[in-house]
Amino acid sequence: MRHSAAGAPNFLSRELADCSIVNAGDGAHSHPTQALLDLFTMREKKGRIEGLNVAIIGDILHSRVARSNIWGLLKLGANVTISGPATLVPKEFEKIGVRVCRNLKDAVKDADVINLLRIQHERQRTEYFPGTGEYAKFYGINPDSMKYISPETLIMHPGPINRGVELDSAIADGPQSVILEQVTNGLAVRMAVLFLVAGALK
Amino acid sequence: MMMKKQNNWILSGARVIDPVNNIDEVRKVYIKDGIIVDEAAMQGVDAEELDLTGKVVAPGFIDVHVHLRQPGKVDAETVRTGTQAAAAGGFTTVVAMPNTSPVTDNAAQVQYIRELAERDGIVHVLPCGALSKGLAGEEMAPIGSLASVGVAALSDDGKCVQNHELMRHIVEYASNFDLPIMDHCENTALAAGGVMHEGYWSVLLGMKGQPSAAEELMISRNIMLARMTGCRIHMQHVSARESVALLRYARANGIPVTGEATPHHIALTDVEIKRFDTNYKMNPPLRSEDDRMAVIEGLQDGTLTIIATDHAPHTQTAKQVEFDYAPFGIIGLETAVPVTMTELVHKGYLTLPQLISKFTKGPAELLKRPIGSLSLGSAADVTVIDPDVEHTIDISTFYSKSRNTPFDGYQAKGRTAATFVDGVCVYSRLDEDR
Ligand SMILES: [Zn+2]
Repeated sequence: MRHSAAGAPNFLSRELADCSIVNAGDGAHSHPTQALLDLFTMREKKGRIEGLNVAIIGDILHSRVARSNIWGLLKLGANVTISGPATLVPKEFEKIGVRVCRNLKDAVKDADVINLLRIQHERQRTEYFPGTGEYAKFYGINPDSMKYISPETLIMHPGPINRGVELDSAIADGPQSVILEQVTNGLAVRMAVLFLVAGALK
Repeated sequence: MMMKKQNNWILSGARVIDPVNNIDEVRKVYIKDGIIVDEAAMQGVDAEELDLTGKVVAPGFIDVHVHLRQPGKVDAETVRTGTQAAAAGGFTTVVAMPNTSPVTDNAAQVQYIRELAERDGIVHVLPCGALSKGLAGEEMAPIGSLASVGVAALSDDGKCVQNHELMRHIVEYASNFDLPIMDHCENTALAAGGVMHEGYWSVLLGMKGQPSAAEELMISRNIMLARMTGCRIHMQHVSARESVALLRYARANGIPVTGEATPHHIALTDVEIKRFDTNYKMNPPLRSEDDRMAVIEGLQDGTLTIIATDHAPHTQTAKQVEFDYAPFGIIGLETAVPVTMTELVHKGYLTLPQLISKFTKGPAELLKRPIGSLSLGSAADVTVIDPDVEHTIDISTFYSKSRNTPFDGYQAKGRTAATFVDGVCVYSRLDEDR
């Protein structure tokens, strides 16, 4: 179930007692299967989650992907840093053990994984920051930023990418990008979720 | 519900608490022809004597913030069901907010509400007129005409006049008619789209929040206007710590402002939203524990002189939706006494006389009406409280037409035992308690 309102799957699961509901993204609340596939991809490439430094960059405020990733990563022992325009990066996340970083360079320089979020709505582009040009300049990942990013660092993105805004094409299609593997793993992870909730192991 | 038309009574054995007259003692209360009288006046009168030992007798409670939904949303509440709920909750007077459909922003509409109240009202209903035409915040409502047909107060509740100059003129203009101005304090730009309090829980849940600053800004605005004009302004449903601090500052400096707290802001916080239950969605929203404690502190030190329910009925159909799409508001008339007795009196934050003052003296002072006391010669509006009875709130027993409350199943201590309006017993559970 994918829904624009936060908590809609929780609401429906209360109303439909004998039915499994898989949350496929609800408002800005959560997107558990995306987090599972992101975690799967990180583990596949890095061999572990515990102790990894993961930087999530961009519109955290409106991102269900960020919230589910944060819960999953913290639970499995990763160190999570979030960064982006201050209007989109709530400092309340510090209370659950996330590092909030105001400077992109500090956020990514020790990262094992950088997960970039899509800048979404038109309104956000004018009310939360001055425009996509300025966003790309201060928060986008481009060949310049790769100078202080380790060659071992994975570049991830839940898609679809605003090329040239949060991520340059050269990096998105470059050797450190695992974006296509995320898509492939997404299929397998979601098949596994459906397999399990369908009671196939009972 | 026992209905006795008789209006001669001797209420015996109860602890009588009347904050207006500084009374707190066991004594008898005499009611003759619906009026509070002294013992001498009862000579030869055929009156029923009620033994209320262990109970508390207080002036009838006043709720200055109620949505009766008639006309317009009679599927959610009517004057009849809303005032039945009021009687069962111990309220003998309710102030009906003007955001009905059509809006109570003209004299004819006020007359209509008064006729409904006369015909269907179980308790006294005082209509509240709008501040602006259609609650649109653009043009002043016909305040003089509203006053001449007897509105008790003015409010745009549910909305807030954003234009400070218009608000200034409304406040000044209304002062000629000596009408209390009540404001739902909300900066709409800051609160826009917010479905809960902005803070830790809204960030974690990914829901759009209303920051406390949306309320604090308008409370500040109103304090400045009250100081500038010398006119009184009442702040409805104060919910945030800084709002209480601002009011405290203003009152200490002689600025004519007052504030009310709701039982839900006294009892609950935004942590409840994590279950996405729309019975926790109201405006202003449930805020943090720190804000909740600030509201209680405001009641303790007298910054907040009134408890009002913001009784806001909605049908199950309207509320049984996604949290984002549900309307704001919960019912409160039948839960206010049990919840505030439990949260404030039994937890030691307020004495019983202090609590009763928030339901009687505070509202009566705001409305400038001769209600809310047991003074000799006044109408016998009386609320009888059973202060120590332990019970579980059960929505299936409610008289309200709606059931949108977060307090179903709440373990309470204290409740209303009987309610008298003009000496007529309009609600009683005294028989079942015996
Ligand atoms: Zn309101």
